[in-house]
Amino acid sequence: MSFLVQCPQCGHRSVYEFRFGGEVKQRPAPNASEAEWTNYVYTKANEAGVQKEWWFHRSGCRQWFQAVRNTVTNEVQESFFPGDTT
Amino acid sequence: MLKLFKKERMWQRPELKRRYDLVIVGAGVHGLATAYYLGSQHGYRNIALVDKGYLGNGSSGRNTAIIRSNYRTPEGILCYDASVKLYENLSRELEWNLLFSQCGHLTLGHTDASVTGLRIRAENNQALGIDSRIIYPDEIRRLVPAMDLSSRPRFPVLAALYHPPGGIIRHDAVVWGLARACDRMGIGIHPHTTVTGMRVENGSVQSVVTNRGEIVTSAVLNATAGWASTIGKMAGVSMPIVSHPLQACVTEPLKPFLNKVIVSATLHVYVNQTDKGELVIGAEIDPYQSYSMRATLPTLEQMATYTLELFPQLHGLRVLRQWTGVCDMTPDYAPIIGTAQEVKNFFMDVGWGTYGFKAAPIAGKCTAALIATGKAPKLIEPFSPARFAAGQLVGEKAAAAVST
Repeated sequence: MSFLVQCPQCGHRSVYEFRFGGEVKQRPAPNASEAEWTNYVYTKANEAGVQKEWWFHRSGCRQWFQAVRNTVTNEVQESFFPGDTT
Repeated sequence: MLKLFKKERMWQRPELKRRYDLVIVGAGVHGLATAYYLGSQHGYRNIALVDKGYLGNGSSGRNTAIIRSNYRTPEGILCYDASVKLYENLSRELEWNLLFSQCGHLTLGHTDASVTGLRIRAENNQALGIDSRIIYPDEIRRLVPAMDLSSRPRFPVLAALYHPPGGIIRHDAVVWGLARACDRMGIGIHPHTTVTGMRVENGSVQSVVTNRGEIVTSAVLNATAGWASTIGKMAGVSMPIVSHPLQACVTEPLKPFLNKVIVSATLHVYVNQTDKGELVIGAEIDPYQSYSMRATLPTLEQMATYTLELFPQLHGLRVLRQWTGVCDMTPDYAPIIGTAQEVKNFFMDVGWGTYGFKAAPIAGKCTAALIATGKAPKLIEPFSPARFAAGQLVGEKAAAAVST
């Protein structure tokens, strides 16, 4: 379904202006075990529901930001620059 | 004579028992093929196939029904070749006409880089005995006279990978034929049965909870394509899968003018004409993760634009229908078949992304052997779930027409 993504800088824009950057994950410490790093690199929660994810406003302000989106309905609930909120 | 007028059910509606040897979650082509080969080759009967919708409502009925084996890696080529050979005999085996038409398959190259990719595929294919070769515009013109091979398009056609055994099949017929064969062996097919949870104890699945009650089982197979992660999560099995929508459309019928499957990775489009004369057109995967199955206008525009680059004479053609399926994409564009490391009786045949339909018979046959013997057949060994931790990815992306 085509939908609008709310860029924290430019407001609601068509999803086709953005590049999807995948779900937000916690990067392990540099000395973490190989299993943890494998998990970080490959394993995905692939949530069917609400998840926090990265987006890049490719055809706009060219900023990376995070959005909370429902992957079943494509409804974007909120978006922000990392560290700003939640 | 009277039998002619008798309505025959393709499959019965058996009662959902409380106990099975195996529960297959997802009754699409992969689940059905696995059940079929478990029944016909390993003597399994006490199997339940559960699906949350009607049979073939997932990707089994939403693909563009293209069959081919001209892949890039030796692992992939051998697997898909075995699948094409099974498809060639499947109509006879199931006593059900699958309308398999091996009309030939052309993958177009529009840039030097893409022609190099096609060359690698041609060499690998030929080394493994697959009928596949590079052809140039003079021969392409003879095979597909309707295609625009001039220098007018933004990306003119430079060469093509010609794969004569490739073709199209009636995808619903494959689902129905397999379902009928399973039913005749006494394997229970249970559509409209949603799996809502799993009871896991001591590292093995004890039972599957559905909206129609709990089923005690000795083993579970996850064959749910786009929803693989959600079923995996119920058993505590994580996977390197991201679900992306993939869209396609079908146009009004035309007189027959195209008897080859045309694929272009540069233009992200693939076109074939069905026996009824309609054009089936597929797009690349949507560029974001989603479980939504609603079609979008920008993708329809993209399919139309790129189809017109190849066939400008189709400019007035009307679209009948557009639809969306959900694809389980893996990092290396190769499937994941094997036993879960965390749960020992949880099998998976997932990660088939945008290329699962053409591989259903061989995936089913190998998964059946894996479940029956506990050992993965050689053909699917490279697709084990352990390959990611081992760093042995398969690298099939170049042969997928719809990669972003």
